[in-house]
Amino acid sequence: MIEFPPGLLLILGALPVPFLRGPLRGIWMLALPVAAFALLYSLPDGNHFQIAAFGQELELLRVDALSRVFGYVFIIAVFLGVIYSLHVRAVEEHVSGLIYAGAAIGAVFVGDLVSLFVYWELTAIASVFLILARRTPEALAASVRYLIIQVGSGVLLLAGLVVRWHETGSIEFGHIGIDGAGGILILLAFGIKAAFPLLHNWLQDSYPQATPTGAVLLSAFTTKLAIYALARGYAGTEELIWIGVTMAAFPIFFAVIENDLRRVLAYSLNNQLGFMVVGVGIGTELALNGAAAHAFTHIIYKSLLFMSMGAVLHRTGTVLATELGGLYKSMPFTTVFCIIGGASISAFPLFSGFVSKSMILAAAAHEEFYFTWLVLLFASAGVFHHSGIKIPFFAFFAHDSGKRPKEAPLNMLIAMGLASILCIGIGVWPSALYAILPFEVDFRPYTDSHVLSQVQLLFFSALAFTVLMRTGLYPPELRCTNLDTDWLYRRLGRNVLRRLTRAAGAIQTRFYDTLNRRGQRLLVQLYRHHGPHGVLARTWPTGSMVLWVALLLFAYLFLYFIDIF
Amino acid sequence: MTDHPETEVPMAAPDEAPRRLDRKANVTKVAWALYIVCAVVILLDFPIHRHADTSFDGNFGFYGAYGFVGSVLLVLVAKYILRRIVKRPEGYYDD
Repeated sequence: MIEFPPGLLLILGALPVPFLRGPLRGIWMLALPVAAFALLYSLPDGNHFQIAAFGQELELLRVDALSRVFGYVFIIAVFLGVIYSLHVRAVEEHVSGLIYAGAAIGAVFVGDLVSLFVYWELTAIASVFLILARRTPEALAASVRYLIIQVGSGVLLLAGLVVRWHETGSIEFGHIGIDGAGGILILLAFGIKAAFPLLHNWLQDSYPQATPTGAVLLSAFTTKLAIYALARGYAGTEELIWIGVTMAAFPIFFAVIENDLRRVLAYSLNNQLGFMVVGVGIGTELALNGAAAHAFTHIIYKSLLFMSMGAVLHRTGTVLATELGGLYKSMPFTTVFCIIGGASISAFPLFSGFVSKSMILAAAAHEEFYFTWLVLLFASAGVFHHSGIKIPFFAFFAHDSGKRPKEAPLNMLIAMGLASILCIGIGVWPSALYAILPFEVDFRPYTDSHVLSQVQLLFFSALAFTVLMRTGLYPPELRCTNLDTDWLYRRLGRNVLRRLTRAAGAIQTRFYDTLNRRGQRLLVQLYRHHGPHGVLARTWPTGSMVLWVALLLFAYLFLYFIDIF
Repeated sequence: MTDHPETEVPMAAPDEAPRRLDRKANVTKVAWALYIVCAVVILLDFPIHRHADTSFDGNFGFYGAYGFVGSVLLVLVAKYILRRIVKRPEGYYDD
């Protein structure tokens, strides 16, 4: 048995990729996640890989039930992502994708905050290339904003861990809580990556700008790494319930009016994270199992949805709902896969979302958080509305755009097919997923009651969509920009900065003007007195000199006599 | 966001045969099928004994009503309130 961090395996494995050509590169990249999976499978629980630094032990390979769940699903996500991107020729996308995934997997298996910080920043730096690789001016601008915010999260984490180190003398990454200042700083760092309300907008800003393949990887790692970190450090922190409830509810309103279908997916991603944050906040065994299970199923169905929209973007050059419609006629497989992803995120019985989301709802009801439960139920109906119906409907059905793009490339279809099989497989046989959850599972998703409740909720939500569509009340898709919190820095902040620059410029100009004027006056004066015609610069005749000396001597004599008398 | 795809997107041939869903009558049939399914699943409340999670979700038609009203409110609030506040022309941030 080899005791080596699986994340590091992917990072090191990414390095030879630029030197490999043709099928060899594909085989190598597919072998990496397979090897990482086998490695993780063979590792027993415990701490396996320590190095001493800064007088502290750095734990680079802590394996336990919680890290294992996230480790497995991250490896599955990178495997699917590699298949999906096999047709991509740009090597930097492959390398950065593998390093990004490796960093996220590495972060899941560290046992101390310093190592977490290193991987945390590496995910930020490696992933930005997946946005840059789109090579549009919008993507460039979005990637800069993304990088600033992501690195900022890392800086907060660093500050938090230093404060916490000072407070407790330990850098262990276990339960943290919000009792100390360090704990609050670290929560903020996690909150940025988990897209907490008001800290969320980097997600909707950057993911829709990424390449078709890049968005698939992005959707899997950064935010779920944050969910893992929250589950590790803040389980049972009740404030998280309120944060999670807000996150589950507000993005769905934006999703309804958004035209860019990958941005709709980014909003629904945000909404799904809300469910997980609620689970972490409730903090019971059932709730934490639910959060972990939901992260697991969510990564796969969200990847699938991003893959289907990526295929549309790849073939038609756009994912604007206003430009699409009727694509089912020429992309039938992609349509079916997209619908499977939509059914899974909507938690239809027999699809993966059902067996995980119902755990979180049951945990909320069980702990008597009825308001939370009601909002989550509303959010469940809402997510069906925009991810389950809107995405497939506007892309593949709706009014026929007349576009007849080719079906997605074979490798994309294989990746979507595998993801679909996993979505249905987990939905039909949840016991395999339940077996790897952090706590023992005593939960049955398929009771008459559960199934009927969910089916009623979803069908009546579909009924609402149908009625609104057929009565013309449903808001038409429009080509427009919808403001979100990014307005604060892209418009307000920029304007404030511009005003400040202008004001500072005016002050500077006035300062230099005054200085200039004073200086000139000084020069004129100097010139007057010392210049060629100045009083002090005249040549004085010797006679007048003698006269002045005689006068001085006379005055001296006079004063001397005055003194005597 | 609009990229240039690798090649021009093929368009429908002028003589393309219409598909089933291109006919309005068939879409109406689909809608009716949905109405019927909704009626059936709500009536299943009678024969199926429910283990309610809360004190109120055991009432007849709770989930159906909540799903329907919630979705309608979601769409109308997004359309009439949120869109009014946040909608700007395309390219708003471009200058």
